[in-house]
Amino acid sequence: MNRITATFHRLAAENRKALIGYITAGDPDYATSLDILRAAATSGLDILELGVPFSDPTADGDTIQAASQRALRAGMSLSRTLDLAAALRRDTGIPLMLFSYYNPIYKFGLDRLATAAQQAGIDGLLIVDLPPEESAPLRAALEGTGIQIVLLAAPTTRPDRLQMIASKTEGFLYLITRAGTTGEGGLDYDAIRRHAAEVKAVCPVPVCLGFGIRDGNDARRLAPLADGVIVGSALVNLTGADPTATDLPARFAAKIRDLRVGLDNA
Amino acid sequence: MTPLIGQYPDATGHFGPYGGRFVGETLMSALLDVEAAWNAVKHDDAFFADFRAMLRDYAARPTPLDHAQRLSAHLGGAQIWLKREDCTHTGAHKINNVVGQGLLARRMGKTRVIAETGAGQHGVATATIAARFGFECKVFMGVEDIRRQAPNVRRMELLGADVIPVTSGTSTLKDAMNEALRYWSAHSADTFYVIGSVAGPHPYPEMVRDFQRVIGDEARAQFFEKTGRHPDLLTACVGGGSNAMGLFYPYLDDPCDMIGAEAAGEGLDTPRHAASICGGSPGELHGAMTYLLQSDEGQIHEAWSISAGLDYPGVGPEHALLHDLKRVRYEGVTDDEALDAFQALCQYEGIIPALESSHALAVAMREAPKRPPGQHILVNLSGRGDKDLDHVLQLLKERRAP
Repeated sequence: MNRITATFHRLAAENRKALIGYITAGDPDYATSLDILRAAATSGLDILELGVPFSDPTADGDTIQAASQRALRAGMSLSRTLDLAAALRRDTGIPLMLFSYYNPIYKFGLDRLATAAQQAGIDGLLIVDLPPEESAPLRAALEGTGIQIVLLAAPTTRPDRLQMIASKTEGFLYLITRAGTTGEGGLDYDAIRRHAAEVKAVCPVPVCLGFGIRDGNDARRLAPLADGVIVGSALVNLTGADPTATDLPARFAAKIRDLRVGLDNA
Repeated sequence: MTPLIGQYPDATGHFGPYGGRFVGETLMSALLDVEAAWNAVKHDDAFFADFRAMLRDYAARPTPLDHAQRLSAHLGGAQIWLKREDCTHTGAHKINNVVGQGLLARRMGKTRVIAETGAGQHGVATATIAARFGFECKVFMGVEDIRRQAPNVRRMELLGADVIPVTSGTSTLKDAMNEALRYWSAHSADTFYVIGSVAGPHPYPEMVRDFQRVIGDEARAQFFEKTGRHPDLLTACVGGGSNAMGLFYPYLDDPCDMIGAEAAGEGLDTPRHAASICGGSPGELHGAMTYLLQSDEGQIHEAWSISAGLDYPGVGPEHALLHDLKRVRYEGVTDDEALDAFQALCQYEGIIPALESSHALAVAMREAPKRPPGQHILVNLSGRGDKDLDHVLQLLKERRAP
């Protein structure tokens, strides 16, 4: 069974919520990033999303834009991200996802990516600017690899479209909590509660909430509304605030433990 | 041959393998709204009657078709004709598109328009119609371009627009478009995004083409009236490619050669150019599959050109298709060739062209001597060069002092 699906089965049996972490791959550099990811994988995350840096991240706010720029300056790319995943996969069984824009994937070659991602131990892909209507070539390439394509839904997604997305997403549904780009804050609890309930009613797989979640307190409040939470900018910002700090892995571990405690106390 | 007019895009917004709608889910409903509104008007005579009336009374259309006799005689070959988009209100073809999108935004009940701009021409055009329609207006512009194009920044501010400096990425046109998309994803309920070229996600490439085809429709009738035939060659500059699509589209099924002039900057063999078709490869940026300047790893490169309006690392998806179909030939024109053409038009015809349009003129000057005087070349003079004066004078000074 796919590691993502197996993880949600285990969490459901334990009556717990999923904590999913997004971390820009190669930020601030390859070696430090590998240390950060190793620490993150053993500090309470259930699923790890590796952000593939892209020069023009139109769905991202300042924090992840800056992280992408740092990683690109340090020579990061999709192929190096796959190297990073393969290195991680050697010492952890945590589900690994690639979170990417489409162009690096397309340019890499869809068939080549399917093989390389499978070899690197990738379990899922989330391509932020690849709506289901444009995803047939990627789906064809991934056939037989067991790699899942996770889709997003937004507060602006209309009901008929939501049905379509809910029926096509694999592993889980990434439900965006608010309009705009990635970043911390701006959460409207009541609006999210109503929206999450509507989405859960039509979605056959787990629903996880992402965008805007800052800390354990946010995680604790949002956890009851869905099957898990996704935290990105609040993690990436640890590097952004102090890219040359020598204890970044420990800072990530501490932040993830705070989120975990919040989530488990919901 | 299968007719090209009316065939593309298909119902899902694709031009063969190009185009489409590659955007994040947050923006999808905004684009579906624009598409629904556009589909409701695109065959609506009343809407297009309003459009044509505003182009006539406000934007000063039709623009003239002008025989450049002295330049033709000087080159000693084919006759050169100019479609004078430089004579429009605000001085470039950009106004055609913004009038159309402004009418659509008003119909959709939007109260704010946003735009990206590089040279500032599209920003000025958007600020212009925002004032005319009473919209709030925000124009996203890279800080590097704000520095290079100060007069257009002052124009936009005078017209009541809020010019938002963009410091992300390379601080140029592509980053301004990134930032406009980000803003739109947070404000799509009351905001219409006025994209300035035949680029971006469906339905923009089709919609902008259909607003710009007024250039080619007018030229085709004017040219036929004067000569009783069609031109042998059409040429227009291609950044995103809206003025070129506007001129070429009504002629696609006629027996005319077409050349799109891409900005070759310091040369196609250097990294400093903006020729996405001549020097790029297929990929996806800003919502469409098309030709891009990019690394082997799919990271987008910064474009370079003497002309800020061509300084974009992508191209409209319909151009990508026309290239693959070999219906249009795309050729690079260097900064130096464009500057020579700029000077030639000033000297022989008393017209100061935009540096962008000078790339199309350079193609005509390259082709005319190879063709007999009985042939005709139609050039889209897409804009006037007042905005480029300081820049050109500086460049000419540098040329004289090696």
